[in-house]
Amino acid sequence: MALKIVKGSIDRMFDKNLQDLVRGIRNHKEDEAKYISTCIDEIKSELKQDNIAVKANAVCKLTYLQMLGYDVSWAAFNIVEVMSSSKFTFKRIGYLAASQCFHEGTDVIMLTTNQIRKDLSSPNQYDTGVALTGLSCFVTPDLARDLANDIMTLMSHTKPYIRKKAVLIMYKVFLKYPESLRPAFPRLKEKLEDPDPGVQSAAVNVICELARRNPKNYLSLAPLFFKLMTSSTNNWVLIKIIKLFGALTPLEPRLGKKLIEPLTNLIHSTSAMSLLYECVNTVIAVLISLSSGMPNHSASIQLCVQKLRILIEDSDQNLKYLGLLAMSKILKTHPKSVQSHKDLILQCLDDKDESIRLRALDLLYGMVSKKNLMEIVKKLMLHVDKAEGTTYRDELLTKIIDICSQSNYQYITNFEWYISILVELTRLEGTRHGHLIASQMLDVAIRVKAIRGFAVAQMATLLDNAHLLTGNTQRNGICEVLYAAAWICGEFSEHLEDPKQTLEAMLRPKVATLPGHIQAVYVQNAAKLFATVLRNQEGAPEAAQETSQLMIERLPLFVQSANLEVQERASCILQLVKYIQKLQQKDVEVAEEVTALFAGELNPVAPKAQKKVPIPDGLDLDAWINEPPSESESEDEKPKAVFAREEPKHTRTRHTEVDEKELAKRREARKQEQANNPFYIKASPSSQKVYQDAPGVEHIPVVQIDLSVPLKVPGLPLSDQYVKMEEERRQKDNDKKKKEKKRKRDKRGRGKHADSGPESEEDITPAQQVDIMTEEMPENALPSDDDDKDPNDPHKALDIDLDKPLADSEQLVARTHRSAEVLKSPGGDGDGETITPEPKKKTRKDKKEKKKVKDKERTRSAEDKKNKKKHKHDPEEEEAKIEEAITLVNAEEAQPAAAADLDFWLTTDAAPSSAQEAVAATIPEVPIEAEPSEVKEAEPEEMKSKHKKKKPKKEKEEMEREKKKKKKRHHHHRSDREETESVQNGTMEEEEEEPLPPMSNYCLLAENDYIKMIKQEKDKVYDIQGNLQDGSQVVVSIIFQNKSSSVLKSMEFNVLDSLNSKLERPEGATPHDALTVPFQLPPDVSNEARFVFAVQSIVMPQKLKGTLTFIVKSDDSATHEKLDFKLHFTCTSYLITTPCYSDAYAKLLESGDLKSSSLKLEGVTMPFHHSLARICFHHHFSVVERVDSCASMYSRSIQGHHVCLLVKTADETVSIDAKCDELMLLENVLDEIKQTFSQS
Amino acid sequence: MIKAILIFNNHGKPRLSKFYEHYSEDTEQQIIRETFHLVSKRDENVCNFLEGGILIGGSDNKLIYRHYATLYFVFCVDSSESELGILDLIQVFVETLDKCFENVCELDLIFHVDKVHNILGEMVMGGMVLETNMNEIITQVDSQNKMEKSEYPVTAQGFIPRASCSKLAGLMLKEPLLSVSYVWPSVIPVTFEQLSSHIYIN
Repeated sequence: MALKIVKGSIDRMFDKNLQDLVRGIRNHKEDEAKYISTCIDEIKSELKQDNIAVKANAVCKLTYLQMLGYDVSWAAFNIVEVMSSSKFTFKRIGYLAASQCFHEGTDVIMLTTNQIRKDLSSPNQYDTGVALTGLSCFVTPDLARDLANDIMTLMSHTKPYIRKKAVLIMYKVFLKYPESLRPAFPRLKEKLEDPDPGVQSAAVNVICELARRNPKNYLSLAPLFFKLMTSSTNNWVLIKIIKLFGALTPLEPRLGKKLIEPLTNLIHSTSAMSLLYECVNTVIAVLISLSSGMPNHSASIQLCVQKLRILIEDSDQNLKYLGLLAMSKILKTHPKSVQSHKDLILQCLDDKDESIRLRALDLLYGMVSKKNLMEIVKKLMLHVDKAEGTTYRDELLTKIIDICSQSNYQYITNFEWYISILVELTRLEGTRHGHLIASQMLDVAIRVKAIRGFAVAQMATLLDNAHLLTGNTQRNGICEVLYAAAWICGEFSEHLEDPKQTLEAMLRPKVATLPGHIQAVYVQNAAKLFATVLRNQEGAPEAAQETSQLMIERLPLFVQSANLEVQERASCILQLVKYIQKLQQKDVEVAEEVTALFAGELNPVAPKAQKKVPIPDGLDLDAWINEPPSESESEDEKPKAVFAREEPKHTRTRHTEVDEKELAKRREARKQEQANNPFYIKASPSSQKVYQDAPGVEHIPVVQIDLSVPLKVPGLPLSDQYVKMEEERRQKDNDKKKKEKKRKRDKRGRGKHADSGPESEEDITPAQQVDIMTEEMPENALPSDDDDKDPNDPHKALDIDLDKPLADSEQLVARTHRSAEVLKSPGGDGDGETITPEPKKKTRKDKKEKKKVKDKERTRSAEDKKNKKKHKHDPEEEEAKIEEAITLVNAEEAQPAAAADLDFWLTTDAAPSSAQEAVAATIPEVPIEAEPSEVKEAEPEEMKSKHKKKKPKKEKEEMEREKKKKKKRHHHHRSDREETESVQNGTMEEEEEEPLPPMSNYCLLAENDYIKMIKQEKDKVYDIQGNLQDGSQVVVSIIFQNKSSSVLKSMEFNVLDSLNSKLERPEGATPHDALTVPFQLPPDVSNEARFVFAVQSIVMPQKLKGTLTFIVKSDDSATHEKLDFKLHFTCTSYLITTPCYSDAYAKLLESGDLKSSSLKLEGVTMPFHHSLARICFHHHFSVVERVDSCASMYSRSIQGHHVCLLVKTADETVSIDAKCDELMLLENVLDEIKQTFSQS
Repeated sequence: MIKAILIFNNHGKPRLSKFYEHYSEDTEQQIIRETFHLVSKRDENVCNFLEGGILIGGSDNKLIYRHYATLYFVFCVDSSESELGILDLIQVFVETLDKCFENVCELDLIFHVDKVHNILGEMVMGGMVLETNMNEIITQVDSQNKMEKSEYPVTAQGFIPRASCSKLAGLMLKEPLLSVSYVWPSVIPVTFEQLSSHIYIN
């Protein structure tokens, strides 16, 4: 054995190490592959040795070979061996190799789980570090699932080096194992405030990455990030946060408003270009999200544009590039502010850097207006001439076309100019974009009726010069324009000056060298031209016969074509012409009949029209039309089906007898529909202006070309002359206008000094009377159902609502970890429920989601694993079934609760720093429902009594004013989503109804100089099974907000228990002991704590007196302070929104066990659905059924009482008939409802 | 997220490749070739950003690169990264290499790609920026090297000093290894004072 080791180490001295390998490869330039293959053989034999050092050396060499492109997956097992060496040196080599070549398909990965777990818990921090780094590259769903818990533990490691790595790798774990996100998230959030900047930065990194994919789930973190943004000095972190805010603002415009100020400050103060740039970017995102005006809106834009100009003018190309990039974002919403920097952008077109030129081109696209389009395009045409590389030239070409054709040719005032630009572009050789030019030509010629005459003339010239284009047809994409030219000349041949000449041009032998599809168009349109020529030659039979002869002579060339399409068309037409010739010889007038072949106009059809044809009612496209053929029959039937497929009879035949009136009516209806149809392309504003009420296509006035201007100016390219013309025309227009103005002014005498500044956009009238015909859409076009997210996106699985409380089953496997701040909830026996921070609440929705995710993620994992999993979940699933009714509601309500936190933060807009709010750790929540309005009412007295002792009167008044303001704000800023949700759980009709007014569930509990307590009505999370026997529990969330500039500590919360309601205290405590609030409050910080109460009877509202004592600690002193408050438990707060089906509801009413009462509310002016929403929102009812002005509603108390309401409305009176099995409860609830309504 | 980090020389020879998403070896080589093709045809004084090649995600991704003497350092990143930040990260990376290798040159990267990987591993992890403080990175790398040395003095020669680099080059004089001259230019071509105008993050 010893000998073997010695031998091994001697061998090793002769082994190549990595350096030798590299050197060897470099020495074998000629036969590198051969050399490497001998090296691989050596490596293979080295791997067979027992000596781990030899193995590690071999693996190290393999890693190098992998970089050179050699597959080393065959050594995967050896890599695992090296990874599991006890020596750090080898371990590192192993992990590096694994990170370079392991992936999800590597099967030995599953052998590594235990080794990695061992390394993660190694006492040596570098073992752990190396394992984490390696794992980050090859983590698989299985590894993620098995190690998630270990990594989560490492997030709280004592060494920041490990913490930051553990935090960072969590992102990869989430991606592979989405179920871990919710349990790990609280800790991840904690790490945002880690004392180590590296860890903090890592946490920001991970959350930003998560939030970028599913921003809406992270909105509630905005306050925390806001705090970080205003406090951090680490630019790396700041950049990430600011980028994240850029992603969040579109979802919450109020956030944007809050951000503007600190961002503007940063822009002014920072010297770091990277930070400046990201701030500008986010400000832009904010401005985009704020559609409605903000007072200092324009100032912010000006600031951004001004800073970007500085970037663009910088000599540093990187800053220039980014400046242009950001500028293009502003352009989308505020084109005016960018347009003033046109000079700068045009200058960038001359930059030597192609990426900068391309960015500048992008910008130009958005900068054009009617006024400057010609000028800009002229500049671009110059660049086209200068451009050398074909890629850039092609890019220019597409940009020119994009710029001109954007928004339905909105900026083109002169289509003749545009056609000549297109014709000029055909001079480009070797471009790939011939088809683009062609489709533009076709589009313009078809849709702009007025231009057809001009277009046809230009196209005829193109066809005539075709020999120029056909030089190298196969390579030259430009010949595509001939396709358009031929079609336009044929279709609109009536505009041709000399159709015969064009016909000859189209039948030249050289045409046969064109691609097949173009030839086919040539042949077909030659026939159309032929018809026109015949028509023109009516009365001149000889000329007509000559034309036929020409056709007969030339067409055989196409009949011989190898292209099937060309051949078929040519032979058809040839036969036709021969027949015509025969008739002509008999002196028959054929012209009219031949033209009839091509009669009728083709209208442009919208590209999506076919897709939008609605399926008529009762038509099931999947249903068999006939009985499905039996097996034996089908064999005989098959050939028939192919050739003799019967066209279903067109329904249109039915319409033939519709009278004129009906038709007019329909036309009107269709117009109406088109006006409402977003997909119906409307005429551009300019043309609308010209033809406001053109009754139909027939009546469109045709272009009047001012022929007094000579069409050809020698020395200038064609399009340039239009620029000149345009200038002159505008000048003339302006002069005329000025004259008019002057006249007016003269009439008025010495009027105000009218400024004759630059002509505005509106002043420019189109040179031609152009009409853009709209594209046709089927009637009743379906709304589009476009973009779907990529179903394979791994981030989709991470779209998890993080605000929902955790369910037990979501805990990560193995040990669970409690976060330190968990408030000890003093409930009963002290174990189970109270220790798990997550309430035993499993929403049904949740479960579904989870299952989906699981199915997706686990498709690869073995069947038995799946089964095991199912087993584990079974009991919970049963439970879920029992609780179905309740949990359904919970799922809907958890969201509003979190949203409420955010709402609160967003609406407190005083000093940004005073609005920071940290969210308390999760505790078992069985929150109380408190009716805000009632508490509000009670507050003033209480405030008074308190302030009498402590404060001068003035201050007191101020307080109250502030409080009122606050309340108002709450009422105003509640997002509508929540209310609609609460109404939707009934059967809300989809009729159009006014938006609901915002509602809030916050109320001020008490406040003094130092602290403000805000009670938050938490939506119920309630476990009926646990509490039905021994009374009920409710949880009250209270936000403590430090208003002073000192630290508040040792906060103790105490409530004087009543017979009925008791504050839950830890076991062993007397009923008079106070509860310690588990946090301190630094200045201007707020935090939330929850308190559990046990309630006996719920039929009466309750009031509890309480006191908060705390120590105010300033630099030199510490004083003891206290604050009294009153807690209100209304009866509605004991109700839980519970959906009820109408049949169950009817049964309940029929049962006769319920006692009834009623209530009449007079002078209710709000719409009925608002009243319902109010009842739903404030009193936790759900709508069972609603018919017109009558609705039945249902709710259930936490002790299982049923409460049924029948709400009716008739002119400003709402009457409520109510039934409940507990009359007292019912009366109180009705009282509370009454109060709610009297507040409005 | 950083999708990939590539280092190759003026001829497209890979000196380090780190992909944070899995590709087959062939695709990896294609990506390196494509990236080299895109980057190498750019002039010295143009901007350092360009849209990613087709193979590595197309226009969703950006290539951000810096060119130092004979080497290109290319980071392929998506839209969540700050362009200027990444440029500075590359700078931090190269400066760190310079500190660890004492005037780093291409030869160091050729012979010690494993060590470069280890340094990179302290900066970027799984495609996310782990540490940007050069001193912190160097401290961690150094103490790991010390550990390696104490464990296994034979393989752990540490970083070969620059002198032995040129000695190595000298030994291989028989055959030209690189088309550049044997006087290895320092990877960092300019002094830090000059560079500071190109530092964006602080």
